[in-house]
Amino acid sequence: MKFWIGVALAVALAAGLALSGTNEYFFYAGYVVLQFVVLATAWNILGGYAGYVNFGTAAFFGIGAYTAVVLFKAAGAPLGVQILAAACASGLLGFGTGLLTLRLRGIFFSIATVAVIFIMQTAIVNWRYVGGATGVQLLRPPAMPPFDSYTRMLFVVMAIMAVAGVCIARYIEVSWIGRGLRAIRDSEEAAECSGVPTLKLKLFACTVSGALMGAAGAPLPMYMSFLEPASSFDLNYSVSALAMPMIGGTSHWLGPVIGAILLGSVQQIVTVTISNEINVLVVGVLLVVFVVAAPDGVLGLLRRLKWFRRSSG
Amino acid sequence: MLFGILVGCFYAAVSVGLSVAFGLLDVPHVAHPALMVLGSYCTYLLGRYGWDPIVAGIALMPLFFLLGVAIYRFYYETFEKRGSDAGVRGLAFFFGLAFIVEVGLILVFGVDQRMVEADYIGKSLSLGGYRIPWRLLVAFGVALLLTAGLTLYLSRTFTGRAIKAVAQDEPALRLMGVNPVRIKQWAFGIATAVTALAGAMLIIVGPVEPSLDRVYIGRTFCVVVLAGLGSMTGTLFAGLILGVSESIVLTLFGASWAPAVAFGLLLVVLGIRPQGLFGR
Repeated sequence: MKFWIGVALAVALAAGLALSGTNEYFFYAGYVVLQFVVLATAWNILGGYAGYVNFGTAAFFGIGAYTAVVLFKAAGAPLGVQILAAACASGLLGFGTGLLTLRLRGIFFSIATVAVIFIMQTAIVNWRYVGGATGVQLLRPPAMPPFDSYTRMLFVVMAIMAVAGVCIARYIEVSWIGRGLRAIRDSEEAAECSGVPTLKLKLFACTVSGALMGAAGAPLPMYMSFLEPASSFDLNYSVSALAMPMIGGTSHWLGPVIGAILLGSVQQIVTVTISNEINVLVVGVLLVVFVVAAPDGVLGLLRRLKWFRRSSG
Repeated sequence: MLFGILVGCFYAAVSVGLSVAFGLLDVPHVAHPALMVLGSYCTYLLGRYGWDPIVAGIALMPLFFLLGVAIYRFYYETFEKRGSDAGVRGLAFFFGLAFIVEVGLILVFGVDQRMVEADYIGKSLSLGGYRIPWRLLVAFGVALLLTAGLTLYLSRTFTGRAIKAVAQDEPALRLMGVNPVRIKQWAFGIATAVTALAGAMLIIVGPVEPSLDRVYIGRTFCVVVLAGLGSMTGTLFAGLILGVSESIVLTLFGASWAPAVAFGLLLVVLGIRPQGLFGR
C-alpha cells in the first residue's frame, strides 16, 4: 500500500512540476536522470536478481531509439506507439541474445552482449534509410495540449515509464519469478536440481530487461531531434546502467533508483560544470570504489547503519 | 588474403595475454584491450624521445609486469578471497577499470589519433605485384616470436608448467607445495607484460586513439574463445581465421562492415561451439 502511494505521489510530482513554471533546463536534465532510472532498473532485473552481467544496455537502448525513428519516418506514428514498438523490438532482441548465450557461464554472456552492441551499430551505420553513420534529423511534432513545451511532455512520459519500470521490477522481485532468479544467482546447478526452470526464467528476465531498455531509448530521437549511431550505441550507457544498480544496491528494487538518481544527478552536474570526459571517469571510479568497498551499495551501507544503531542502542 | 594472414597473426599476438589471463587463470579480464591501448600510448611517449617502438615495447614489459601483479593482487584480495558473488563484481570491476584507463588517456592525450615514427613505417615491400607494408611485416614477425616464445615458456619451464597446472587443478598444486596465488600473480604479470609489447605493435600497425579498446574487446575475446580457452597454438589459428575473414568482408562489403566481423564470429562461436576449436 505504501508503495502505491509512493507511485502516485511520484507521478503527481512529475506532472505538477511539468505544468508549473520552473527552469526549462531542469526538465532537460531531469529527463536524462529518469531515463537512467529506467535503464538501471531494467539492468537490475537480469544483472541484480539473476547475476548475469549485461554489458549490452547500449544495444537495446539504441535499437529502441532507431525503432522509434523508423516508425516516425515511415508512418509518423505517435510517441506512445513508438515506445510500445521499441519495447517489442528490444524485447525480441533480448530474447534472441538470451537464447543464443544464456546457456553459457556469466562472462560469456557479458562478452556476447558487447558483441550485440557492435553488430547492431554496424547494421544501423549501413542502413541508409535511417541516415547511416551521419545520423538523421527529425522534426518534432507540436506538444500535446496540457504541456507548453515538448521537453516537459517527454519529461512526464519518462517519469511514467520510470514508475512503470520500477513497478515491473518490484513485481518480479516479490513474485516467484524473483525467487527463482535469486536462486539462479546463488547457484544455478542447485536451482536447476530443485526444479527451477532456469533457462525459461533467464530468458524471461532478459526479454523484460531488454524491452524496458528499448522503451527508455524510444523518446530519445524526439528529445534530441537528431539521432546518430555512434552516440546512441555508446558503451557509456552500458557502464552507467551497470554502475547505478551496483552503487545503489542490486538486491532491492530501490537500489537502482537510488543509484540512478545519485549518479545521474552527479553526471549532469559534472557534465555541465566540468566536461563530459570527467563525467565518464566519475562513473568508472565510483563503480570500482563501490564494488570494492561497499559490495551491497548504498542500500547495504544504510542497512548496516540501521543494524549498528539497533545493536548499540 | 595475404593481408588477412599478416593481420591475423597480429590479432593472435594481441590476444595471447588475454588467453593466459582469461583462458588459464579464469579472470574476467575485460580491461585487457584498455591496457593494451595504454601500452600503445606509453610507446608513443617513448617514441617522442627517439625510441624505436619495438624497443620501447620491450622496455615497457617489466613495468607492465609489475602493473599486472598489482592488479591481480588487488583482484585476489578483494574478490577471489571473499568468494561469494565474485563473478558479477569482478566483471564490473574490470569494466570500470577499462573505462578509467580509457578516460584517463583521453584526459592526458586528447581524442586525437597518435602514431609513431620508425624507419619501417610508411614503406612497403614489393613482392611480385603485391605491395606489403613493412609495418605489417614487422608486427607479423614480432607476433610470431611472441606467441612462439609464450608457448615454449608455458610448456618447457617449471613456472610455465605450474601456470598450466593451476588452471587445471588448484588444490593439487597446493598439495605439491606450490603457492597457487603466487603462480597466478606471476602469470597475470606475464600476461600484462605481453600486453605492453602488443600495444607497441598496435601503434606500429596503425594510428591509435583512446577508444580503440572497445573494438578490441571483440577481437581479443573472439580469438580467445574461438581458440578454446588457454590454447596457445589455437590462439594463432583463431587469429588467422579472424584476420582472413575480416579482410574478405573488407573487400566484399566495404570497410563499414568490418567492425562487426569479430563480434559476429564471436556470437556464432558462442552459440554453436562454446568450447572453441581447440578446446579441452
